[in-house]
Amino acid sequence: MDIQLKRGLLDVCVLAAIKNEDSYGYRIIKDLRPYVVLSESTLYTILKRLEAASMLTVRTAEHEGRLRKYYHITAAGLRRIEDFRNEWKEVISIYQFVTKEEGHA
Amino acid sequence: MRKQEFLNALREGLKGLPEKDIEERLTFYGEMIDDRIEEGLSEDEAVARMGTVGEVVSQIVAETPLTKIVREKIRPKRKVRAWEIVLLVLGFPLWFPLSLTAIVLVLVFYIVLWTLVICLWAIEAALWAGALACAVGAIGLFITKQPVPAFGTVGAALILTGLSIFLFFACKAATVGTAKLAKKIIRGIKNLFVGREKTK
Repeated sequence: MDIQLKRGLLDVCVLAAIKNEDSYGYRIIKDLRPYVVLSESTLYTILKRLEAASMLTVRTAEHEGRLRKYYHITAAGLRRIEDFRNEWKEVISIYQFVTKEEGHA
Repeated sequence: MRKQEFLNALREGLKGLPEKDIEERLTFYGEMIDDRIEEGLSEDEAVARMGTVGEVVSQIVAETPLTKIVREKIRPKRKVRAWEIVLLVLGFPLWFPLSLTAIVLVLVFYIVLWTLVICLWAIEAALWAGALACAVGAIGLFITKQPVPAFGTVGAALILTGLSIFLFFACKAATVGTAKLAKKIIRGIKNLFVGREKTK
């Protein structure tokens, strides 16, 4: 898949995984696994990018005697998901146009 | 491999990146391994899920911008001593031209690489222009009722078109190949700065 397109999709996927409640690295990977397989280093890069864009915040909490990082979605992150839903309508209409053209050939 | 072994090897492989980045990565991978162990995997299995250290390192290096790596490399690790500054200033006429030359050489190599590709595309454009000119010329010759040279010119136009179609694929392959090569060179430069290529 086109790398730019995939990058945008994965960002929204990760945001969606923390949309309803705060989540942590491994759980995000597990929750997304039925839809998309993320490697640890890919997830790390996405989380960093989203944090830099203020779409999520990070807090460290104790869990079973060790520390774990939890990711919390911000208003900007929720807006990104909303934008994605609107953009997607456009993508679908482009898809329909492209496949229609193929039908003629 | 045990968790601590994995993290130590990772730290070794990432040497050359900013210390803060390395710490963050190690914490992240440590947490990932712990969460898998908590879920019931053995320590060795949990570590194996991360992939080999070599794979993880090359992925991280590929994601880190070259500028960040170089900036970290030239940042002094400790306080610079007075005599070192004196030496640096005195040595300026020597090290400055040398490092400038090195940078320019890399840049020139890069430009030459792409110049070759641009040359190929220029030839391709010239062939197309030639084919077009021959076609127009042939029409002119037909109009002025000179059939023999006219047919000759049509032939030339066809040959040029054929050649340009051939060359088009060569140009495309050369462009793709050069882009790949350029990417490899940048990765090579990064690897000069970061850790050592780890054997698994």
